[in-house]
Amino acid sequence: MQKRNSRIIMGALFTAVFALFLLPSIVPGLDASLAFADETTVNLDVDAVTYDPAPKLTEADYPKISGVNSRVVVWIVAQLHLWFGAFVLAVPIFVFIIEAIGMSTRDQRYDNMAYEFIKISITAFSLTAILGGLLVFCLVLFYPDLFNYLATIFKESMFAYALLFFVESAVLYVYYYGWHWLQGGFKKWVHLTLGLLLNASGALLMFLANAWTTFMMSPAGVDAAGVFSGDTWAAIHNFLWNPINIHRMIANVAYGGSIVGAYAAFKFLSARNKEQRAHYDWMGYNANFIAIAALLPLPFAGYYLTAEMYVYSQQMGITLMGGVFAWIFIIQAVLIGALFLSANYYLWCGMGRSEGAHRYNPYMKYIAVVLVVSFLVWFTPHTLVLTNAELKSLGGPYHAILGPLGIMPAKNTAVNLLILFTFLSFMFYRRANKIATVPWVAKGNAVQVALFTAGIINIFILGTYYGYYTNTVYKIAASIPQVLTTLVIIAISVAIDAFMYKGSKEVAPLRWGRVPPRSQYALFLLAVSFTWLMGLMGYVRSGIRQHWHVTNIFRDNSPDAYTPGLGYAANVISIATIIFMAMVIFVFWLSTVSSQKSQATGYWKEQGT
Amino acid sequence: MIKKRRIPRLLQLVLIVAGVYFGFILTFDVILGQLIPKSLLTMYMFFVITGVLMVFTFTEESTRELIDPIKALVEDPSKKVLRNIVFVIVPLLAGIYTYSSLLPSFEAPVELRTIHPAPPSKMKAYGKRFDLATLENPYRKYEKEDPDKFRELVREGGDVYIKGCQYCHGDKLDGKGPYAAGLNPTPLNFQDVGTIAQLQESYIFWRIATGGPGLPAEAAPWISSMPIWEDFLSEDETWKVILFLYDYTGHQPRSWEHE
Ligand code: HEC
Ligand code: HEM
Repeated sequence: MQKRNSRIIMGALFTAVFALFLLPSIVPGLDASLAFADETTVNLDVDAVTYDPAPKLTEADYPKISGVNSRVVVWIVAQLHLWFGAFVLAVPIFVFIIEAIGMSTRDQRYDNMAYEFIKISITAFSLTAILGGLLVFCLVLFYPDLFNYLATIFKESMFAYALLFFVESAVLYVYYYGWHWLQGGFKKWVHLTLGLLLNASGALLMFLANAWTTFMMSPAGVDAAGVFSGDTWAAIHNFLWNPINIHRMIANVAYGGSIVGAYAAFKFLSARNKEQRAHYDWMGYNANFIAIAALLPLPFAGYYLTAEMYVYSQQMGITLMGGVFAWIFIIQAVLIGALFLSANYYLWCGMGRSEGAHRYNPYMKYIAVVLVVSFLVWFTPHTLVLTNAELKSLGGPYHAILGPLGIMPAKNTAVNLLILFTFLSFMFYRRANKIATVPWVAKGNAVQVALFTAGIINIFILGTYYGYYTNTVYKIAASIPQVLTTLVIIAISVAIDAFMYKGSKEVAPLRWGRVPPRSQYALFLLAVSFTWLMGLMGYVRSGIRQHWHVTNIFRDNSPDAYTPGLGYAANVISIATIIFMAMVIFVFWLSTVSSQKSQATGYWKEQGT
Repeated sequence: MIKKRRIPRLLQLVLIVAGVYFGFILTFDVILGQLIPKSLLTMYMFFVITGVLMVFTFTEESTRELIDPIKALVEDPSKKVLRNIVFVIVPLLAGIYTYSSLLPSFEAPVELRTIHPAPPSKMKAYGKRFDLATLENPYRKYEKEDPDKFRELVREGGDVYIKGCQYCHGDKLDGKGPYAAGLNPTPLNFQDVGTIAQLQESYIFWRIATGGPGLPAEAAPWISSMPIWEDFLSEDETWKVILFLYDYTGHQPRSWEHE
């Protein structure tokens, strides 16, 4: 039996690896190097296939079902699919990491936690697939010409996508159902390898889907009329592909962490005994840790994405940041601030687990002050909403003090501080339960204080001098050393702490489970804000194409070709968020049901043995 | 343990919030003379309160200190008089707030005008079509290649500016020309870091050539008084005045290459 199983596994593994290697030959040009990407016309003569230009549609070309708003249907379904997709992409990433941590520390709690995480994502995985199918159905139904056009360009990659999806499912099932069987020694390594494979196929899947999305924003591999050159790689590797790949990858990990955190909070609040509470508290802490760790680099990835949009098209950049969508970014800033605040609050509450925390409690208010001030700067809008009386008093819509806070350098400075002080919260949390025993504690602390001070001064100088008194090239360039400063502070502090607390004493064992329910609601808030934020940003990304299906190439002539108002969009996203949350709670509930057993005495016939 | 006499937590909270609130008003409206918009102050205060609540509730003891007086107010029989007063005042305040926010006012509705709407991808001017994605100032290159010629071009641009623009945009380019006070929206201040300093030259070209009426629908109603300069200036003059705008203010147009 054992032998047969392992043969099946090896077979599956082999097939999966084979499929991955096969991919380059299915997707033409995937192996072509970047340098050739621009020579799109070369392929034409070889293939001698001619492609049609992008169709010019009229209203009649969009099928209508009375009483159904096709845009809203596609919008919500796509969004739900994306949320679940992000979730099932992210969970295996940190399951892999946690499993590896478990293997190296030989602490079985990690392995159990990793298993519990992947268990949640199994149901979510099938929901992702169902929603994906529904999305394709909706697109074909409501936007057949657009779908057709994209399908002629991306047919190979769509096929690869489907194939990869099967590969991923197969690997996921083996990974999950084989968890307890593939334990110990070599088998554990095989299991870990499966995890790696799972992640590789998941990431590839997302990159492919991102290619279609970004092609619609920054088309490549086609001429001005939309005639496809035949070079799929050029179309995939379009201008915004990598910026979105990076931002989404990191965002998804943070997002996955927040959803799992919500799961832990859900279980914590419904736990019946101390052990369960302790377990889910620990799980929530770890999930939140993952979410924060991925949250910290996100603003940078976000700015990179925006900067690239600006480079691609000034029109797009201004629509995004200065035009109709500028207000969305205020909401975005508020939501991101809410993310940072709830993550910090959760950490502070969590210090109650330690007996040594009171030493650090007094410092938290200073952290709070910096966080709140940075946050206020971060969401100060460039265009203020003024009543007429205010307009008159100011003598115009420009505010001498708040105006400069509305533009990038101020925001960059603020966000770097937000990140640094969130990190500081985390450092205090880590130290709360420890007493360092090395002789150079005082010196180590002094170095860290000096490091933070110097770094913060540097961030300020970069933000104010270079940010306001030089040209845009330097302004944008100045944000890079700012980020580097932040990263260097974090890296050195982590390193110093690692040495300083080597062999340190514990104040007392951590009391997992001793956190107030408030903190668990912070975890919920984190998940909901994340979900809403994702929906909002997806709307923006899609909206900046304005009346184009494919920017400047394929016009949207449906009755819905206008940009919906902000309030309307927010409502659609709220509804979608509620649907998603309901589905997620259903998934959570399923996981509790599966571990419950009811005794139905007298129901089953007695078996005579 | 020595118990220090402290201000009760709840009062602390109220004092801090009120202090920050009046602090904002004092700093902006009185000291700096630039009032803080109400919409923004509301947003600020919301998060200040959130922050304060976070600090006050992250430990059990402090949360209890905060909640206990409120609990006592509702439950403690000896606080009956106070309770009744509070129970009258709170709904009353809510009522007053609702009434005043629903009261019709003669204030014109707030306009959310986008100062920098997105430019079209292509524009028509001088009987030609321009692709704004690739359009560049033909004179920009002289800045390095032929500084003398560049100075001359900037000077000519300055003449154009004095003849055409300073009435509105001001002789210091700060948006405070003699006519500015009578206009709404006011002419833009080119010294400000938020205007030409963050725009590409092609954008400025589009704005000057097509003026207020050239603004896209999203900036509607574009009651802007900015003239359509295509009717009065040649293409050359437009590019030169752009050189002048940047040169005089010391800003550099937005660009993506490092020098
Ligand atoms: C009648 C007054 C008036 C005159 C004369 C005038 N402008 Fe303007 N200008 C405005 C107003 C009002 C605005 C702001 C509203 C808007 O954006 O249209 C503006 C906006 C602009 C902008 C947009 C700046 C930005 O950040 O988007 C530019 C550029 C500009 N003016 C250049 C000029 C130049 C160059 C001249 C002279 C050739 C000139 N203006 C003459 C009134 C004027
Ligand atoms: C702390 C900062 C940030 C956080 C937490 C954050 C979070 C997110 C999340 C969760 C998503 C959804 C990802 C997905 O669909 O898989 C997203 C997408 C997006 N973000 Fe950010 N982001 C941040 C900063 C920024 C910034 C500064 C910008 C630009 C100004 C930006 C622009 C976008 C855009 C345009 C999208 C849509 C991409 C898509 O379709 O998925 N982000 N962001």
